[in-house]
Amino acid sequence: MNHGATVALAVGQTALLAVVAPYLVGVTRAVRARLEGRGGGRLRQPWRDLRKLLRKQPTSPPDASLFFVAAPPVLLATSLIVAGAGPFVAATSVFASADLIVVVGLLLLGTVALALAGLDTGTAFGGMGASREMIIAALVEPTLLLSAFALSVRVGSTDLSTIVAAGVSEPSRVFTPASALAAIALAIATLAETSRIPVDNPSTHLELTMVHEAMVLEYSGRDLALVEWAAALRLTILLGLLANLFLPFGVATSLAPLPLLIGALVFVLKLVVLAAALGAGEVFAAKLRLFRVPELLAGSFVLSLLAVLAAFILAGPVTP
Amino acid sequence: MTADQLFDLAFNLSCGLLLLTAVGTLWRREVSALITILVVQGIALTAIAMLLASRQEDGAEAVWVAAGVGLVKVVIIPLLLLRVQRLVPGARETRPLANVASSLLAAAVLSLLAYAAARPLAQVSTLPTARATPIGLALVLIGFFLAATRQRAVSQIVGVLLVDNGIAAIAFLATDGVPLIVELGVSVDLVLAVLVLQVLTARLVQTFGPTDLDDLRELRD
Repeated sequence: MNHGATVALAVGQTALLAVVAPYLVGVTRAVRARLEGRGGGRLRQPWRDLRKLLRKQPTSPPDASLFFVAAPPVLLATSLIVAGAGPFVAATSVFASADLIVVVGLLLLGTVALALAGLDTGTAFGGMGASREMIIAALVEPTLLLSAFALSVRVGSTDLSTIVAAGVSEPSRVFTPASALAAIALAIATLAETSRIPVDNPSTHLELTMVHEAMVLEYSGRDLALVEWAAALRLTILLGLLANLFLPFGVATSLAPLPLLIGALVFVLKLVVLAAALGAGEVFAAKLRLFRVPELLAGSFVLSLLAVLAAFILAGPVTP
Repeated sequence: MTADQLFDLAFNLSCGLLLLTAVGTLWRREVSALITILVVQGIALTAIAMLLASRQEDGAEAVWVAAGVGLVKVVIIPLLLLRVQRLVPGARETRPLANVASSLLAAAVLSLLAYAAARPLAQVSTLPTARATPIGLALVLIGFFLAATRQRAVSQIVGVLLVDNGIAAIAFLATDGVPLIVELGVSVDLVLAVLVLQVLTARLVQTFGPTDLDDLRELRD
């Protein structure tokens, strides 16, 4: 494979996701505002907020150590790597393998960095948010792994690009009714991982219920911009994985310019549809009580496990 | 899509539905939801029996067995359970011994255990459908778990019914068809068990009265 072209693809894909991510948050908010009968902000508003925050000087609590300072760059860096390596625009692996376990590991690294930063400040809210985030992460990360394993069992590879490429070329081999279970599990895991309703409410700062917002309460200025940008990027990445793993049509399987262009357009379109669905869904849903959240997450974990089991038990034709 | 592919799809869907409903009984607390899930599971089991009967050469007896299973599991037992539920309307599992999150995780472990334990069984049988026997075993294990960790009589009987559904599923999947007389005996036993439960619940309600909190208005010695 042409080395220069793959590097260019990785850089281009990273740039595309980094630019699109805040707009996607804008789409979610706009759809939600419209359905609730409010005017709502422009689609560009998240980008404007980021630009404003990036110009401001960050402050840091007096007791904060290296963890607090390092968390935003680590979070953003892991998200950018996944954005570049994942099978989003084209299903050709860029760094030899966009392996499923590596991708989930990188996402978890970002989560843990932010949780450590939340603990590091020594405030009550930071610690509360961090401990809640770890409860959620302990159930969400295995679900992310397992729901993609349900497909990778059929394909015979844990490489995400290979799975997506197989989904494009021979969908009847990859997808079974059990894949729907894996898709539901991945969707619930996405909601939990990106701190959306019903696990967390992204638009509130109510002390008793917040998870993600509690951890980033001490950040300001440039650091806050990095955290917000990374959060938007993670939403984009997970929605993109959900879309491309289970609806892999339109993904480019070669490095020719035209398929790449179509791949990028279809990918953005899928993201916008998913983000709008997310915003619309949030209007009709309420946040779960914190103690009910593990039930939902354990349920999604079991769903993904059943999908994997079904891929083993019910694989292949039954008729002799 | 050929007839064979359609058969595979329907068979796999029914088997998946069996497993999914078994987990569903652990997820929901309301007794009414449990009964609905049990009906869906009965439909899935009947579908498997019917599909396998359609494959046999002299399938008349197998069709009768499938019809009998459908009648008992989809109509008679849910109706009896609904009558029990009407004695205590709005009943829900308030204090299970294992909370929902951990019982779901236990269900995950039990399913894996069933898969590991049923593989030798699947290899002994020459039938291609025997590959799905782990699902039957998982149903049995989850049913035992449900019966052991729930406090309400109805939830416990749902666990026992789950065990029976699992045994019936294994019988259908791993053998060349169940004799009508055996299936008849098992089903009648089940109906009796549910009837006993109904009498028991009625006696309990008669002795202790309804436990609706709205009726507790005044203090007594």
